[in-house]
Amino acid sequence: MCDQTFLAITFGPCDNCTQNKPLMNIYLKNEPINYCSLCVELMACQALAKGETINTLKAESESLKAKLEEERAKLHDVELHQVAEKMEALGQFVMKTRRTLKGHGNKVLCMDWCRDKRRIVSSSQDGKVIVWDAYTTNKEHAVTMPCTWVMACAYAPSGCAVACGGLDNKCSVYPLSLDKNENLSSKKKSVAMHTNYLSSCSFTNSDMQILTSSGDGTCALWDVESGQLLQSFHGHSADVLTLDLAPSETGNTFVSGGCDKKANVWDMRSGQNVQSFETHESDINSVKYYPSGDAFASGSDDATCRLFDLRADREVAIYSKESIIFGASSVDFSLSGRLLFAGHNDYTINVWDVLKGTRVAILFGHENRVSTVRVSPDGTAFCSGSWDNTLRIWA
Amino acid sequence: MSSKQSSNNITQARRTVQQLRIEANIERIKVSKASADLMHYCSEHAKYDPLLMGIPTSENPFKDKKPCTIL
Repeated sequence: MCDQTFLAITFGPCDNCTQNKPLMNIYLKNEPINYCSLCVELMACQALAKGETINTLKAESESLKAKLEEERAKLHDVELHQVAEKMEALGQFVMKTRRTLKGHGNKVLCMDWCRDKRRIVSSSQDGKVIVWDAYTTNKEHAVTMPCTWVMACAYAPSGCAVACGGLDNKCSVYPLSLDKNENLSSKKKSVAMHTNYLSSCSFTNSDMQILTSSGDGTCALWDVESGQLLQSFHGHSADVLTLDLAPSETGNTFVSGGCDKKANVWDMRSGQNVQSFETHESDINSVKYYPSGDAFASGSDDATCRLFDLRADREVAIYSKESIIFGASSVDFSLSGRLLFAGHNDYTINVWDVLKGTRVAILFGHENRVSTVRVSPDGTAFCSGSWDNTLRIWA
Repeated sequence: MSSKQSSNNITQARRTVQQLRIEANIERIKVSKASADLMHYCSEHAKYDPLLMGIPTSENPFKDKKPCTIL
């Protein structure tokens, strides 16, 4: 109704009903209007009565949704796997567990690679966050969080800090020091505050900002140094379980997925939801951008993984099989984007040919649900974390 | 109180309609073009993808190297 509302109580004749009453000084389109509170209420109701009832709004939203589907369908001239038929088929894949990282006392929930391609941070249900050297399997740092179910952890781009959080509803940043005897917990910095559990966190291109997603249905961008909320993203109608930042240096978008079966693409600067995809049939557990930034994949409890193209604004591929009935908890692309690794709740990791839509390998080895899968920054290996308390490096 | 609830529903509905208007007006390209671009990216970068192409064991820090015998 109003661009800006400045309320200052003055007493005098109302512009509308001319009675002497306390006036609410409101500015409508930058013009000051001195109405009494009764007239302000009437004006508000009239704006609604001009046809913007809830029914007309609902009808308009239905027609807009139909128009959206129509627009999207018009451009659906061919399927991705049809276009990809002329590509060479991939050969046999032999990927084995090359390292097993043992040391967590409970389910591993999340992990992240450092940009130096050898360090890994992982977090588990018992509150422990461990930094490993993947080449030697040595533990370099260990922190005990004050909460259990640490569902999110991330390595800072500089490699000098890790962020983690979970049931404490916060995201905390721990600077890593070279001094092994130093108590990391003393340097802890609480950055994000949500009203429900933290499901995922990620540093942006610098150590200075963190993006978080939470069970309270929102995502938020925080300044690490001051702990200030820079931008919040509202639009999901249920818990947000996952997020991923667009890969390019200039990219200012990220995608999030949640229990409302929707995957939303957001503009980080304006907080605006720019695109939304709702084709999954159950919670979306993981979203990951394609390396070029033009598409993203999602893994869901409906046992499928799907590829959504951002420029075509639609789902372009489904990766599913009748024999796969357990949900996918985590997905990641190989460096070129040709392979999609999906960790499932049936203890396996499926490897898909992204373009042709066929499965190229199943990897066995974990003895419980695979909770997280991440390809290393240089693409030489990928790491999987599982509820069997271990992490495995495959190459 | 009921007017506040109904005005909440109205603001929510209004927000949904505004969101849908924004989404309906974005520029879209054909799936054939989008797929061609994805394929192009894959082919361009395939040679740099160690998991796809396989790199020699000596260059992969995770693969165990065969022991060398010094004669």
